[in-house]
Amino acid sequence: MALSREQVAMRVAQELQDGYYVNLGIGIPTLVANYVPDGIKVMLQSENGLLGMGPYPTEDQVDADMINAGKETVTAATGAAIFNSAESFAMIRGGHVDLTVLGAFEVDQEGNIASWMIPKKLIKGMGGAMDLVAGAQNIIVTMTHASKHGDSKLLEKCSLPLTGVNCVKKIVTDLAVLEVKDGAFYLLERAPGVTVDEIISKTAGKLIVEGDIPEMQF
Amino acid sequence: MAGFDKVVNTYAEAMAGLKDGDTIIAGGFGLCGIPEGLIAEIKRLQTKELTVVSNNCGVDDFGLGILLQDRQIKKIIASYVGENALFEQQLLDGIIDVELTPQGTLAEKMRAGGAGIPGFYTATGYGTPIAEGKEVKEFNGRPYILEESITGEFAIVKAWKADRYGNLVFRHTAMNFNPMAATAGKITVAEVEEIVEPGELEPSQIHTPGIYVNRVIKGDFEKRIERVTTSK
Repeated sequence: MALSREQVAMRVAQELQDGYYVNLGIGIPTLVANYVPDGIKVMLQSENGLLGMGPYPTEDQVDADMINAGKETVTAATGAAIFNSAESFAMIRGGHVDLTVLGAFEVDQEGNIASWMIPKKLIKGMGGAMDLVAGAQNIIVTMTHASKHGDSKLLEKCSLPLTGVNCVKKIVTDLAVLEVKDGAFYLLERAPGVTVDEIISKTAGKLIVEGDIPEMQF
Repeated sequence: MAGFDKVVNTYAEAMAGLKDGDTIIAGGFGLCGIPEGLIAEIKRLQTKELTVVSNNCGVDDFGLGILLQDRQIKKIIASYVGENALFEQQLLDGIIDVELTPQGTLAEKMRAGGAGIPGFYTATGYGTPIAEGKEVKEFNGRPYILEESITGEFAIVKAWKADRYGNLVFRHTAMNFNPMAATAGKITVAEVEEIVEPGELEPSQIHTPGIYVNRVIKGDFEKRIERVTTSK
């Protein structure tokens, strides 16, 4: 069975390490915050200028001056810091953020990512995504393995305009966990009940399958 | 005004000198921390052919979006413009020109502009459409692109508190681009919630020193929220 959005987030959360500073993108990445493993503390960075993002406010706590990068009202966690946009991207671009998790339209076997623009459709902008993929020490991409029409999103070469080059290290899809290195996708884990053959058939780029591929554990 | 007293009492004074074709650098992230009254004054003035530099362009009926209603903006330099149907229409109709710029690069363009640095190299955007036509230089084996800084005839910012000398303090994430924008205007105007006397702000806690600020006006803010999200 392909994973649900929540299960993808749960699997990504297993990659978190104690003491990590993490930037979570919009969509499935945001859900990762709900599944931080017990005994681990992470600090969430929101690129509009908040390090230490807390939960959504109660109705009484809502404050127009306190939002996240998705323009949602949020709170500051204990020990948070708030700063300006240049400072925020200094810590991103300077490689101080340990992990960035973001969605994508396509990833290719060179670690290139396309996530912000579909030509001939409306272009809304890249926001902070180009800075994040250029700066993070470690990038995990979450996405469905293939489109609704069955077209693979793990390609030999991205077809859409890029967000960044040679930057994606790991991909968690609804079917598999893969590492990107040496110009190929390495299959690490498969979703429970999903066969290696199905993953092979839905991976257009170069896929390396070494030995028995374990199922993800939750 | 006398000496270092930057306080003005009317929006007409606050935006005096703005003319057609000017570049305006605006603070704010979405609708958070935007100089609402200064934007309204620019609409009242009906200044045209403006280049607006801001992370976003407001929504249809609030924030910088209201400057689209009478086609006052010729060009916008922003990182994300997805909240605004009127903007999309004017873009499709070729009325407005947009220069999409990565958010961190945009902040640094303002910061560098205000700091007298004409350009900088960044890895952000290398190998993407925004790198087209830009100089590439390698440092330690990694390619970077040359980005040029930005300054404008005006900068408009929103702060929480100002003293009469123009020292500014921002509140929570309403800080965002405001400190950088404040440095990058030939004339910088701050619209604030509260004006205090010099000496009332703790010097070491000031975010934007008054040297960057030319005019201060007390505003009344609606502080509209784009996405109210709550937990139980």
